[in-house]
Amino acid sequence: MTSNPAIAANTRPWRDPAAKPFISIQNVTKRFGDFTAVNDVSLDIYRGELFCLLGGSGCGKSTLLRMLAGFETPTEGKILIDGVDLAGTPPDRRPTNMMFQSYALFPHMSVEKNVAYGLLREGKSKTEAYAHAAEMLKLVKLEKFARRKPHQLSGGQRQRVALARALAKQPKVLLLDEPLGALDKKLREETQFELIRIQETLGVTFIVVTHDQDEAMTLATRIGVMTEGVIEQVGEPREIYETPKSRFVADFIGSVNLFEGRVGPAAPDLMRVETEDLGPVVAPPVAGLTQGQTIWLAMRPERAWLTRERPPESVNCVPGVVQDMGYVGHMSSYMVKLANGRLVRVTQANEGRRDNPISWDEHVHVSFEPADFRVLTE
Amino acid sequence: MSGADAPRRAGLPLRMLALGLAGLGGAVAVSFLTLNATSALLLSALIGAGLLYFLLSRFMGWSDRWMVIAVPLLWLGIFFLVPFFVLGRISLSETMIARPPYSPLWETDAQGNVEIIASLQNYWFILGDALYRNAYLSSIKIAAISTVFALLLGYPIAYYIARSPEPRRSFLLLLVVLPFWTSFLLRVYAWIGFLRREGVINNTLMWLGVIDEPLVMMQTDFAVYIGIVYTYLPFMILPLYANLVKLDGALLEAASDLGATPMVTFFTVTVPLSLPGVIAGSMLVFIPAIGEYVIPALLGGPDTLMIGRTLWDEFFSARDWPVASAVAIIMLILVVIPMMWLQSVQNRQEEGQ
Repeated sequence: MTSNPAIAANTRPWRDPAAKPFISIQNVTKRFGDFTAVNDVSLDIYRGELFCLLGGSGCGKSTLLRMLAGFETPTEGKILIDGVDLAGTPPDRRPTNMMFQSYALFPHMSVEKNVAYGLLREGKSKTEAYAHAAEMLKLVKLEKFARRKPHQLSGGQRQRVALARALAKQPKVLLLDEPLGALDKKLREETQFELIRIQETLGVTFIVVTHDQDEAMTLATRIGVMTEGVIEQVGEPREIYETPKSRFVADFIGSVNLFEGRVGPAAPDLMRVETEDLGPVVAPPVAGLTQGQTIWLAMRPERAWLTRERPPESVNCVPGVVQDMGYVGHMSSYMVKLANGRLVRVTQANEGRRDNPISWDEHVHVSFEPADFRVLTE
Repeated sequence: MSGADAPRRAGLPLRMLALGLAGLGGAVAVSFLTLNATSALLLSALIGAGLLYFLLSRFMGWSDRWMVIAVPLLWLGIFFLVPFFVLGRISLSETMIARPPYSPLWETDAQGNVEIIASLQNYWFILGDALYRNAYLSSIKIAAISTVFALLLGYPIAYYIARSPEPRRSFLLLLVVLPFWTSFLLRVYAWIGFLRREGVINNTLMWLGVIDEPLVMMQTDFAVYIGIVYTYLPFMILPLYANLVKLDGALLEAASDLGATPMVTFFTVTVPLSLPGVIAGSMLVFIPAIGEYVIPALLGGPDTLMIGRTLWDEFFSARDWPVASAVAIIMLILVVIPMMWLQSVQNRQEEGQ
């Protein structure tokens, strides 16, 4: 947080308590029969955000998106966009447009007709609609394909047509359901930055639903992690990764080692934790914990150090044996087996060309700074 | 090496196949022109099957695969192509009081000169006679109007079934095909009970006081339309249903999301995408309706002119087989044209998928 806080507040309105949310989801619940898909969700999204709803399948993220689009009606609660309650407004009169996971391009219409479809429904003249459609196609670099039918395009091109069509009406909010899900890995990475470029060019508020944490981390200004119909945590990608609020979030975003432990006797500026796997360790102090309380320590694999000798200055250090390792190029991933049989994942960056890297079956020491533990109570 | 040889190797069996097929055609033609129909049929079927088997197994190396389609091919050949040739041959003759009641196609005089008698005069006669022309036109008109009504009635039904949740959908489909469990003839007869002077409809309307005099419905074109639309409605509904049920719901949501009202969505997305179903259903109604004989005979009046009845009269009342055959061949051509169009539309649609 070295940046100027005033600028940060401008580009990050959610840090400014006085900022007015653009989209306000208030205590929304959606039930299908006995099944509660979305359970009492409240969420504020600000103008110009690229907000990611992240979660596994069936977590309710798509249902929430479909309620914003108007395809589902909330069982309880309200949704406001730009201060207007959307209850009772059918999808065709909402200031939102959606990019469908399957793209849902009209197969009987050419690319330009697909893009112009929404504009013609607005009552624009044909000349105007097609001129605007041509502009949109230029934005997604498909101007040469205007006369093609969707089936004559590649997957990536279809994805861009779907984006152009959804953006053509200049919606206040663009809803994207797994926008990159159908693309292969390389194309997906390229398209992520393309999406960000377009979003920044047009300044439209994007809400993206995805199950892919890398996608969410790359795209989002903020991420809402969902599970079982509730939003577990909302925050900037860095917040979500570094300071997960719950074991679910810690586990879902990236990989993590979780150790169960009990709070030990109080000490100034540090907290002693008694764990079964690591023995007694030192963690950063957390207010409001009582001695003997059960907590979890989350540790990211890349924060640990792996050495052959025990580092003399180390506070937290446990011995183990390398059971497995994987070389991925820029880093190596190790599974270290502790004395009690517990496996700990540790990754080490391959910075220089080390002559003698740690390998299978070696006796090693895993050490970590107290600050690298994240204390979780949920 | 293979590059230079490949075309020649592929060319030889293809030429042999063409030769074989030409031979088969020749054998069929010769046997029909000389022998009577039954023995010709048997002979050509035998020659055809043998030749086909020999050619395909010997030269194509495709015996296994070709054997699979050989059965439907033979079936079509025997029951469609052969009768067609028989009709075609009879239509070129003149009527005669003989057995069979038509003239041979050529005669050999005492000097051994062959004189060909075959002629197209039956066709000229039919095309020049207003009676036949009107019968054709009236058939097409009745079939077309019936098709339109079947479409107007069938589309909403098919749409409703396709949009129904699963257990109800199966039940509704069952209802659509249920009439097929009763004989077609009986169902048309049943309409007489509804439509006649003292039938169910007239009795009910008079009892309700809507009308004082019974309506004349039997023996009118109206009754024929009712009969045709009723009978062929399932043929309209089923292909439409099969098409509409495949319609991706996301497309409708996308249209709605882009600002289309349900009505606009229906006409800009649902209808254009269901066109293959509309065409298939319309053809399945239109084609049999053109040649319909039973419905106009039972429900229609003396002035209901349809080609099926003309054909019947020509064969069985006038016993003029050559003219009747020519009538049938022309009807076949009238039906084949829309079918070919349908085929080409469907091919284009499939390319579009």
